[in-house]
Amino acid sequence: MKAVKLSDFWMHKTVEKRPTRDGYGQALLELGESNPDVVVLTGDLAESTRALPFGEKYPERFIECGVAEQNMMGVAAGLALGGKIPFISSYAVFSPGRSWDQLRVSVCYAKANVKIAGAHTGISVGPDGATHQALEDMAITRVIPDLIVMAPCDAEETRKCTLAAANYQGPVYFRFAREKTPVMTVKQTPFEIGQAYVCREGYDVTLMAAGPLLHAALMAAEKLAAKGIEAEVINSHTIKPLDTKTILQSVKKTRCAVTVEEHQITGGLFGAVAEALAKTYPVPLEAVGMHDTFGESGTPDELLAKYKMTDTDVFKAALKAIKRK
Amino acid sequence: MPKTIKQLEKIANAIRQDIIKMLVTAGSGHSAGPLGMADVFTALYFGGVAKLDPKKRQDPERDRMVLSNAHICPVLYSALAHRGYFPKSELKTLRRLGSKLQGHSNNHANIGIETSGGPLGQGLSQAVGLALAARMNKNQHIKTASSVGRRGTIATSDAGRDYHTWCVMSDGEFDEGQTWEALMLAGKLDLREVTILIDRNNIQIDGFTEQVMPLENFSDKLKAFNWFVIEVDGHNIREVLDAMKKAKAMAANPTAIVCHTIPGKGVDFMENKFEWHGKPPSPTEARLALHELRTFGGKIKCEHE
Repeated sequence: MKAVKLSDFWMHKTVEKRPTRDGYGQALLELGESNPDVVVLTGDLAESTRALPFGEKYPERFIECGVAEQNMMGVAAGLALGGKIPFISSYAVFSPGRSWDQLRVSVCYAKANVKIAGAHTGISVGPDGATHQALEDMAITRVIPDLIVMAPCDAEETRKCTLAAANYQGPVYFRFAREKTPVMTVKQTPFEIGQAYVCREGYDVTLMAAGPLLHAALMAAEKLAAKGIEAEVINSHTIKPLDTKTILQSVKKTRCAVTVEEHQITGGLFGAVAEALAKTYPVPLEAVGMHDTFGESGTPDELLAKYKMTDTDVFKAALKAIKRK
Repeated sequence: MPKTIKQLEKIANAIRQDIIKMLVTAGSGHSAGPLGMADVFTALYFGGVAKLDPKKRQDPERDRMVLSNAHICPVLYSALAHRGYFPKSELKTLRRLGSKLQGHSNNHANIGIETSGGPLGQGLSQAVGLALAARMNKNQHIKTASSVGRRGTIATSDAGRDYHTWCVMSDGEFDEGQTWEALMLAGKLDLREVTILIDRNNIQIDGFTEQVMPLENFSDKLKAFNWFVIEVDGHNIREVLDAMKKAKAMAANPTAIVCHTIPGKGVDFMENKFEWHGKPPSPTEARLALHELRTFGGKIKCEHE
């Protein structure tokens, strides 16, 4: 496995920082132009989910559903069964948080081609507090048959993820975040649903990340390198179907791993990787993420520090994993 | 050739007989709702107003029928089989392992079922989405026609394709908040492309609707959400068909046809008894029920017995 190309500046202070949701808004505009079947729905959250520019440019393909997420999920199912490609734009705590039954039956059981974009995920949502920090969305979506689940790492990857979702026939859930985060990938960085990729090659420990915390994993790898430890870093943007092939190739070499995510470790990336490795090639596995607790108000940096999701925490977890080998 | 009301009533009776046979063979399922809605389903599939035809089951311009209260699917299955969507002999597979006829209907087999349902309150949202897709197709067609030569064609395969969406619901489903969310959205959009046929049979699992969760004044509530409301006798096929025609001709509002029905209609020991909501007849009860249906309640002699 060869490492894919990332931005030359990903660890530099001058690295461009953009919220992942911006990539979603940008992709919707591209899709508006290229695919007349793409329609966008929102539940009174057009601006903050970045669906608004699409709504302004293509009002006849934009549906403001009001604060009614259950109905919105069902309407999207109907649109999809009528031949459209609907994108639902809301906060993940509400959609699929409140609309899970509709996602399960109206969308997934009916094999409806609906795309669910969950905004404001992770502890880094910050001051809004626990109610608005989606930390369970990957767990509740991952258990539904036939549903794709993705967590792109930056704005550019979110753009590609959105385009890929439109091209895929079937239900897709993907999540993004509120805050500006480093744009690590570049236009040439490949993106394919279900295809994890190696960002940095190593042989002592595997660091797997889903979402913007990939940056923390890469920074941790630098710190480990300073200590003579070579970490392999994998961007596991698709949680379902998990790319077990890429993960297995790596852990067979490193024989220990750390998962990194802004999500409850139960049912998220850690859960998915633990399940996969337990069945195939068990190795010491450490988890950076939420450990079965709710969040609270604070700045994103304060919260990431308090709930131990910084590069230092990844570094420590890596040392622990290596020690357990 | 359009069917006479007499012929339609005969079909409804045959649909009811198959419901009884299916339920007794399956040994589980719902009796009251399917029997109560047999006349409405006859109107839908045989009345000539809705564009529902097994020969055109993939036609993009076919009307869409959404069954929201999917537990009454025996009446849907029976109507579809009688209409020719699949052989009547398959009806006896209801609720069996590997059957297309699941305990609650889904859209997996190509037998004329558009959506999947079960949990109450989801169907109207699906129907609103289907109706919106039809509206977008229409608008896209107009837009494409007006922009030809200017920016080339952006038409999709669905451009211009129009159809009407019919949604069958139960009154009990109006306990669900989602139903009112969907009513509100359709009302806001003046979504004339969708019509609901509500089974106003006044019962739900735990008892009478007005005891479990009162709905009255039901029609006024629907009107307040910008719906055009027609109340009909749900066992009078002509009334149902007239209301459907009116609904299809509406220029603005979506239409709600409140079908006043008798749960268990056609079998006197089941009529108006909420105990029959969720259970099938025993073999003895089925024999009695079939006798009653074959003789039209003792009005004619039965040749089979």
